[in-house]
Amino acid sequence: MNSSLLFATLLCLTLLSYWFGIKRSINVAGGSEHRKELTCLPEQFGLLTAMVCGLPALITLLIFNSAEQFVIELLLTKTLPTNVQTLSSIDLGLYLNNIRSMASSASTAALTASLHASGDLAEQAQLTAALNLQHLFEKSSWLKTALVLIIAVVSVILLVSKFNLTFKARQKAEAIVKALLVASSAIAILTTLGIVVSVLFESIQFFKSVPVNDFMFGTHWSPQTAMRSDQVGGSGSFGAIPLFAGTMLITFIAMLLAVPVGLMIAIYLSQYASAKLRSIAKPMLEVLAGIPTVVYGFFAALTVAPVIRSAGEYFGLSVASESALAAGLVMGTMIIPFVSSLSEDAISAVPNALKEASLGMGSTKSETVVKVLLPAALPGIVGAILLAVSRAIGETMIVVMAAGMAANLTANPLDSVTTVTVQIVTLLTGDQEFDSPKTLAAFALGLMLFITTLGLNIMALKVVRKYREQYD
Amino acid sequence: MTNSTTNNTSSTIKTAKPSTQKSTKVNNTMSSTTEKVALSLKKRHQKENRFKAFGLFSVLFGFMLVVILLGDITSKALPAFHQHWVKLDINYQGDWLGIDERLSGYELTKQLKGANFRAVLKNSIYPMFVDEQTPKLSRRDKRAVFKLFSTNGEFTIRDALLASPEDFNQTVSIWIKLDDDVDVYLKEGFALGEAGLRINEKQAHWVAKLQREQRIESRFNVGFFTASDSREPELAGVRGALTGTLLTMFVTILLSFPLGVAGALYLEEFAPKNRITDLIEININNLAAVPSIVFGLLGLAVIINVFGLPRSAPLVGGIVLTLMTLPTIIIASRAAIKAVPPSIREAALGLGASKMQVTFSHVLPQAMPGIITGAIIGIAQALGETAPLLMIGMVAFIVDVPTSIVDSATVLPVQIFLWADSPERAFLAKNSAAILVLLTLLLVINVTATVLRSKFEKK
Repeated sequence: MNSSLLFATLLCLTLLSYWFGIKRSINVAGGSEHRKELTCLPEQFGLLTAMVCGLPALITLLIFNSAEQFVIELLLTKTLPTNVQTLSSIDLGLYLNNIRSMASSASTAALTASLHASGDLAEQAQLTAALNLQHLFEKSSWLKTALVLIIAVVSVILLVSKFNLTFKARQKAEAIVKALLVASSAIAILTTLGIVVSVLFESIQFFKSVPVNDFMFGTHWSPQTAMRSDQVGGSGSFGAIPLFAGTMLITFIAMLLAVPVGLMIAIYLSQYASAKLRSIAKPMLEVLAGIPTVVYGFFAALTVAPVIRSAGEYFGLSVASESALAAGLVMGTMIIPFVSSLSEDAISAVPNALKEASLGMGSTKSETVVKVLLPAALPGIVGAILLAVSRAIGETMIVVMAAGMAANLTANPLDSVTTVTVQIVTLLTGDQEFDSPKTLAAFALGLMLFITTLGLNIMALKVVRKYREQYD
Repeated sequence: MTNSTTNNTSSTIKTAKPSTQKSTKVNNTMSSTTEKVALSLKKRHQKENRFKAFGLFSVLFGFMLVVILLGDITSKALPAFHQHWVKLDINYQGDWLGIDERLSGYELTKQLKGANFRAVLKNSIYPMFVDEQTPKLSRRDKRAVFKLFSTNGEFTIRDALLASPEDFNQTVSIWIKLDDDVDVYLKEGFALGEAGLRINEKQAHWVAKLQREQRIESRFNVGFFTASDSREPELAGVRGALTGTLLTMFVTILLSFPLGVAGALYLEEFAPKNRITDLIEININNLAAVPSIVFGLLGLAVIINVFGLPRSAPLVGGIVLTLMTLPTIIIASRAAIKAVPPSIREAALGLGASKMQVTFSHVLPQAMPGIITGAIIGIAQALGETAPLLMIGMVAFIVDVPTSIVDSATVLPVQIFLWADSPERAFLAKNSAAILVLLTLLLVINVTATVLRSKFEKK
């Protein structure tokens, strides 16, 4: 039975055991007219039975599925000829891949037939291994089915045998539900842990072949590594400074657009605008915020970049077709609603008394905004800008589509630059072996990205928290 | 208005006669201050107006951006919704097909499946383009003629014959698609020789001839919604990507909604206020701001390489997007749960309900509108997400429509990314149209959220 069929069967069993639990508890009470004698409602008995039937079996299924591939391949490798077993891990991986595709593409009968027909010793070994693999998979599938169903049935039987009049079904069911709730909230921690561990682990692998200093302070980035050891000019250098500089340039351009415009929108909407304008402008900002980044990327690459290029030509400037300016401006557009909504929150959190006092002293609205509201809301606004910077640094699709691939170290916004996220995508799309420095470099860049954005977020939270203490 | 009133007050102060020495002194200093104020007023009001105008300008700039963005994409997308077809007289001659002319019935259909329809197409169309200008088609001309039509022309005429085998050995009129270059030429009215136009003068002449003979017709592009990705723009559609998106969203909703709500319920209703809870809370807030591409790295390193789930599958995409949207859903759900008045909890507890019963029968239903809105915002975010899916290999060129959550698939945003890289001009329109489909999907989701919310709130 394959996993999805097994899952469906398990679901049916769970529903069945709900009904069985109810029936059984009423039986224990001595018929439906005596159901009041039970400590808990029959439905609670049913719920408990269903959970006891489904959960352990489901967990077994998940664990089995995640370990299955690994264990089977370990077993298969043990049966391979010794000369294959001693191959390097990359070659062994290729060999196993070959066997895997043979096993999945042909039926057992076809494989056996070609085994008999083949005269080549190496080919025979492969065919035998493929047959072996099919056999192992079949066995493990049976084992899985049997294990899951037995666990489901046995746990129900064990539970039901304990039913009596004072059995606390509700308390037990609630304990299980609570455990599930705890597990769900722990997923957030597991995710963070997963990110840190996976990215850190691959980065450490990377830093074994490329020193940390070369990576952090090198000024030359060309991740093409040699396929063969005798190849010329493909040694690969991983100096990430041009990527950091490119990221900062594009982020700076984006902020140059997003911060003034976003802040002014926030000020105008909170201090000047009529209710009617607000009711139109808010959805407008929501539209800007809701447009997927890939759409912004498309807009940047196919509309904004050509416009900037032809404008540059008109003024006699040479503009790269994938200029940092185009990517930065469109990214700024994307961030405007982010800045404006966060700063509006900060401005409206300033106590009204401050504003009224200032207006009462005869200052104009703009003077109140500039001299009273903004200084009071400054920590909140700084927090908003920090969060916006973190968004811009981590933004991927706009720069992948509109910024370049070449790692130029330049501060000219009309030139093409590349960013950290662009390089992660470039390094990891397409087929690469997993342990080459080229692929691992992406994880090192990911680590940098994670640390930077995390630092910015924590800083933003700190700034905002400090501000809150002033007025509460 | 403020301007005139302040002026009035300052002038009345000036004209008031001082009665005593002391008061004159006071009045003098006062009038000099007020004079200063009065003098600076004009400047200050100008400043105020400038400030206000700058604010208004920013808001209008925002509107302008939305209009330009949507207008640009819509105007680029419109050509993709119709497509040019051409009527050709196809002669299903047996010797062109490479089968015996006397065949019929079952034997004929069997042989037709492998017959040489390309030869039929070529031989049928070449005579149409012989005129006084080109009395005989050279080899290059023949190639140019053949390139006017979509590469799947031969399959169209094959299917037509298989559908009605009695046309064998007959000449019939059949509509086939024009090549994307010709299609773009007809739609955009280019001058010949312009960059991006891949049609020469002779081909343009032939197209004009076809138009004069009223053989070319523009039809609604059904194929865009029923076909999957293709290297040929005239054949490419969004069905595969749309199915992939739906499958991925199915997994995402199935996982993220229950997990998010459960996590929020625990943190709001059950969790003791201790360091671990604090840690979880900080964690969730930070996760919400982690760049999406980092979740892609997690998916690649852990879900694919450690757990061995299949690459490019909606299952993996759904899991990665779940991890990404979970913080959003938890934060929104917690806010909704917090907004449920404590009196409801206390009343239920007072009647003897257990904590769990209070939570699931009273707090959760009350908080549902807010939770659903938050969840839908999270789902909408996941729907438009591209970067993490590139990491887990959902970026492959996939022609088949995926049928299960473990098939190789791509999603709509990734399809947009892929098409944006294609050099063919016709993909520009296709891509804009795909963006419109994506934006429509997002609009539908958001409207659903609003409707659901108001429905719940009425109750």
